[in-house]
Amino acid sequence: MISKRSVVIIGGGPAGLAAAQSVKENGVDDVLILERDKELGGILNQCIHNGFGLHTFKEELTGPEYAGRFIEKVKELGIEYKLNTMVLDIAPDKTVTAINDEDGIFMIKADAVILCMGCRERPRGALNIPGTRPSGIFSAGTAQRLVNREGFMPGKKVVILGSGDIGLIMARRMTLEGAEVKAVAELMPYSGGLKRNIVQCLNDFNIPLLLSHTVTDIKGKDRVEAVVISEVKDGKPVPGTEVEYECDTLLLSVGLLPENELSKTAGVELSRITNGPVVNESLETNIPGVFACGNVLHVHDLVDYVSEEAKNAGRHAAQYVLSGNKEAGTKEERTVKITPENGVRYTVPVSVRPDEMDDELTVRFRVGNVYKNIFLSVYLGDERILHRKRPVVAPGEMEQIILKKSDLLARPEVSEVIIRLEED
Amino acid sequence: MFDVIIIGAGVSGAACAREISRFNLKTLLLEAAEDVCCGTSKANSAIIHAGYDAKEGSLMAKLNVEGNAMMDDLARDLDIPFRRNGSLVVCIDEGSRGKLNELYERGIKNGVKGMRIIERDELKEMEPDISDDAVAALYAPTAGIVCPFILNIAMAENAYENGVEFKFNTPVENIEKIEGGYRLTSRDGETFDTKVVINAAGVYADKFHNMFSSEKIEIIPRRGDYILMDKEAGGLVSHTIFPLPGPMGKGILVAPTIHGNLFAGPTSIDIEDKEDRATTGDGLNRVIKGAGLYVKNVPIRQAITSFCGNRAHWAGHEFIIGELPEAPGFIDCAAIESPGLTSSPAIGKMVAGIVEGILKPERKENWNGKRKGILDPSTLSVEERNKLIKEHPEYGRVVCRCEGVTEGEIIDAIRRPLGATTMDGLKRRVRAGAGRCQAGFCTPRQMEILSRELSIPMEEVTKRGNGSYIVKGHSKDDI
Repeated sequence: MISKRSVVIIGGGPAGLAAAQSVKENGVDDVLILERDKELGGILNQCIHNGFGLHTFKEELTGPEYAGRFIEKVKELGIEYKLNTMVLDIAPDKTVTAINDEDGIFMIKADAVILCMGCRERPRGALNIPGTRPSGIFSAGTAQRLVNREGFMPGKKVVILGSGDIGLIMARRMTLEGAEVKAVAELMPYSGGLKRNIVQCLNDFNIPLLLSHTVTDIKGKDRVEAVVISEVKDGKPVPGTEVEYECDTLLLSVGLLPENELSKTAGVELSRITNGPVVNESLETNIPGVFACGNVLHVHDLVDYVSEEAKNAGRHAAQYVLSGNKEAGTKEERTVKITPENGVRYTVPVSVRPDEMDDELTVRFRVGNVYKNIFLSVYLGDERILHRKRPVVAPGEMEQIILKKSDLLARPEVSEVIIRLEED
Repeated sequence: MFDVIIIGAGVSGAACAREISRFNLKTLLLEAAEDVCCGTSKANSAIIHAGYDAKEGSLMAKLNVEGNAMMDDLARDLDIPFRRNGSLVVCIDEGSRGKLNELYERGIKNGVKGMRIIERDELKEMEPDISDDAVAALYAPTAGIVCPFILNIAMAENAYENGVEFKFNTPVENIEKIEGGYRLTSRDGETFDTKVVINAAGVYADKFHNMFSSEKIEIIPRRGDYILMDKEAGGLVSHTIFPLPGPMGKGILVAPTIHGNLFAGPTSIDIEDKEDRATTGDGLNRVIKGAGLYVKNVPIRQAITSFCGNRAHWAGHEFIIGELPEAPGFIDCAAIESPGLTSSPAIGKMVAGIVEGILKPERKENWNGKRKGILDPSTLSVEERNKLIKEHPEYGRVVCRCEGVTEGEIIDAIRRPLGATTMDGLKRRVRAGAGRCQAGFCTPRQMEILSRELSIPMEEVTKRGNGSYIVKGHSKDDI
């Protein structure tokens, strides 16, 4: 039997929680969260460090505290959720198939679906790191779960590859829990993490950050015994620069991949750059009524921005339901493309319909390299409407600009917004 | 005293055990590792070869074709996945066409059925992503793909259910001749007496062979590196795509796996240390380069893991199977390199025949050659699956999300005969952790289930036995 729901939210992490709250607050009561883990909150539950919520709550919270505020709200609003429930399929007609140990396999036909599945970590194999295949190689998030949630130490002498935020956070965590972190190696000449994390997690503990270095060999038969780290030049390890680090654990923080296997079953178009859905100003995908937000859309640095994005997705999903599932394209709408150029890698969203947008729209993006003393420019057609000097921009720090509805409405001929970096 | 002791629980040893279990014989299998399928059998191309490669008249050729023909019945009896997807040996320059014809001729002599040489247009139709340089190919429809773990495990389980004893973590150090048989001594000093010994010790088979044979052999570990890609890439090719074979073997193939991933490899690099199972940057680069020669758009960026295995290569490049003339009751099952996996059922039969000739045993009346595999709920209808979940809620709890493996399957894998005791054991039996996140999410859950089912603390849960522990004590222990 197929039941019906106004809005089904796939994932009960920060994105799903904020989206659900927003759906409800925007007038749609019939909303259900499906969560695969045994509790709501997602990865925040294992992020026991602080630094969350500075934007949202103007105070510093730990991950579980931040999640807790949203979970309380969801409960207060009487929003339904199912735990230990794994979604198996989303059909293009928004029929969601899921499984758990109480209901078995069940199907729900939803008016709107919000994709909030988050992301996963790239495994060792994705990097083709040669060497043996002993135990003791963990993605940083797996180690974080073991240490923070299960209370177990993955090892005592640690090398970390990748300076993404989770890698940096885990360097500090492992140190605090009694392990020795020998080094953090980073393939690129710059860190992929937030500046504040480099300072607070590495510098404060005298953990060396080896930029332009990578792991070129893993040794040990049953358990990791050592890893070899080499210098990298032009993307390739430099022979003769190998240094062996004796360790029992290698943590990998080498990138996050939005988890869009379900989006694909629904026929959602994905960006080749973000690996997340292609969305418009309403965070709606190419499938009308399917919305996306959070790390499944693009990997964020700060959960505060996930919550904000999810709030918008929830509101748009509610509007979609309340307007009677208006199919996109029923009327000729003006759509303005948002094009990243010259050092800007991608934008979310990728298009905006001036008639549909709010008075202001936040466009988020990342740059492809570290640039110093550069100008960030926004063009509406040929006209430059923003030219802001930035002392430094880096791939590890998400950027944003605000587009104004009035600016777009005042220029009916404009069909493209260009966001680019400029020397002067 | 045992009637038969088999050394090695790889695919050859397991096949021998299953065939020998037909007889009323007291049989023991000794395995150095913690589980079956831990050596060459777990890291190979997973191909059921058609049989055109091996030299005509060789034992390799004979057992390859026989083993291939046995596979349908075996897969049905043992409830294991097997599919004849067909192989294509692709020729990318007109000058090499002669070699393709040679291969075809050899296949005919070896008794391979249904082969034909196909031309570029047909090849393109069969495999749109084949290299633009391809001129022709040898098509062999009888070639197939199998799960090498499950084939090995299923034969071992079936042997066990028919009375063969198994002892793991028991590497044999020495074998001496005693009155009426042989005495095997393990690394820990334990001794086992037996009338007949079967030497299926993989890369170590030379050690035992040379203890008794005047014709010394050397098994050279020939390393093969592989790269496994995401299931999303699994549809790139539907047949197994080989280059023309060279002096070091069949070359780097590109193939779908039986579970739907895409697969490229192996390299062919002779090494010295039999225990050396490390991939190298050079080796992996060779796989990437080799795969790209015959198939376009191989999405190496979608790699989820890479690994290597060591083939038990011997300079004579022929299976060494038979009773040693100078050591009656000592049976070699050595130098089983490719097509060893394909040949394994036929090898088992041949070795069992030799045992029968020596011991003249009676056949068991109640021998049961059928084995029920681990239930894969995804093969059931929704109604059947819901009924199952109602009775056994653990089948409603997905543990490995990438491969959709439920707790029910994991419990079955642990509790069944010769069940899994390690994370790798689970991976080989039910593919838990074998997917795109490579156990990133489900490691703690799998550990928890192993710990509970085996009644061991989390610290004793291992990846693959011995010192391969996963966690080392509790947080803050050292503070």
